[in-house]
Amino acid sequence: MSVMVRRRIVSRIAETLCAGAVLLALVPLALILFYVLRQGIGALNIAFFTEMPKPVGEPGGGMANAIVGTLILIGIAALFAVPIGCVCGIHLAEYPDTKFSSVVRFAADVMNGVPSIVVGIFAYGIVVLPVKRFSAIAGGIALGLLMLPIVVRTTEELLRLVPAGLREGALALGATRGRAVFTVIVPAALPGILTGILVAIARVAGETAPLLFTSFNNRFWSTNLGQPIASLTVQVFSYAISPYEDWHRQAWAGAFLLVAIILTLSILARLSVRGLEKMNRP
Amino acid sequence: MTKIHVRDFDFFYGASKVLHGISMDMPDKQVTALIGPSGCGKSTFLRSINRMNDIIPDARHDGLIEIDGKNVYGGGTDAVELRRRVGMVFQKSNPFPKSIFDNVAYGLKIGGMRNRRQLNEIVEKSLTRAALWDEVKDRLQTSAFALSGGQQQRLCIARALAVDPEILLMDEPASALDPIATAKIEELIYELKDNFTIVIVTHNMQQAARVSDRTAFFMLGKLVEYSETKTIFMNPKQKMTEDYVTGRFG
Repeated sequence: MSVMVRRRIVSRIAETLCAGAVLLALVPLALILFYVLRQGIGALNIAFFTEMPKPVGEPGGGMANAIVGTLILIGIAALFAVPIGCVCGIHLAEYPDTKFSSVVRFAADVMNGVPSIVVGIFAYGIVVLPVKRFSAIAGGIALGLLMLPIVVRTTEELLRLVPAGLREGALALGATRGRAVFTVIVPAALPGILTGILVAIARVAGETAPLLFTSFNNRFWSTNLGQPIASLTVQVFSYAISPYEDWHRQAWAGAFLLVAIILTLSILARLSVRGLEKMNRP
Repeated sequence: MTKIHVRDFDFFYGASKVLHGISMDMPDKQVTALIGPSGCGKSTFLRSINRMNDIIPDARHDGLIEIDGKNVYGGGTDAVELRRRVGMVFQKSNPFPKSIFDNVAYGLKIGGMRNRRQLNEIVEKSLTRAALWDEVKDRLQTSAFALSGGQQQRLCIARALAVDPEILLMDEPASALDPIATAKIEELIYELKDNFTIVIVTHNMQQAARVSDRTAFFMLGKLVEYSETKTIFMNPKQKMTEDYVTGRFG
């Protein structure tokens, strides 16, 4: 009996410690969200989404160019990182044990750990320097390089989660290996791969450092890929360090919008993973 | 008439030899059951017939398997082509994450069939043959995952039948099913043998006795005894077979 009592006490203590740790981890997150929400939501208005930045000293205006700029940058990044990353991930999942695969996998992991500013400098070196001009393309490539390893690795992992029985089923019906991969295995893992892409986008959407010397910034409306382009992160950065009260307000609004975008992407990713798990249950 | 002819077939995973000199002839349009304790090599043998073992690295074989007198592993035989003639049903049902219709039509579509009417016809015929049509005819476009375990397995059988194979290999097709679903599968096997040559691996000896015409008893990678099912169960020649079928071990 006393053993039972002791067990129950130990269990209670362990549970309390676990709950405490979770709380401790959540407090900063909740504080950040709460603070950004409080500071940002007040500064959000229609003008923020639809208007261009006003000249220094003039109040009002918005970040329309930065919002569009961020979307363009993410678009370029995804356009370049998603196809390469997916194909790469498929190769790693299909030929997991070759020398080539282990080199690629290692390279992806190293790339994943490279500080984003270094990636920015790299893009500066290969895209900006030759043409001597900051450009949206350069920024998109920098972000794409950051996305690439995430897309590669999640694609690989998720393809490997597909039950081996599906491959055998396809082969047993006279499918070639390639056929089996593209008609059964990849479709089975697709929701998960999309999740990986969303996570990768969420990860790079908030990057500032790699954009500083690639896409730079632009006070004006521009969708020209060969010209510098505004982005939410860089705009928030430059407004936040400015001495103007109104710009600070707008920086908060920008920060809030970024957090909202990333949160939405993460939640979408979560939901689609749940769908995948449901499907894979036997 | 002999459909599958096997002579001195050995199989290796790396250095370990898992099949030792298997020789047997399986007759056309009959059911041959492979029985034996776990790890005796019966599944490996089954998967050698349609070359599913090809995808395992480090696996190799020796000896001969012929279907209609043609060497399965010969230079003129393409594994992909072969598998269209030798269908397979697995232990764990493995429907694709597609609709019921698309599961059954898969083999036809990868074979290049695009004619909608023809596809509809064959899908219906295959599902009917697999005794599933009445249960799913109103929801062909719903996900195959919505089906019960027994229905999923019959769907996999229908999928295999759709490409009109000559031989159907079944690897413990009912081991994960409840008795009612099992009975349905067994009934199905009985009906299918009019048109197909069936080789079935089973752990369940009553099942082997019920559905098969001939039975092969495997033990430690060797074919111990192969004969009419009746003989194996009533009057086995080998002591080992008798001990196994009477439940003294295994």
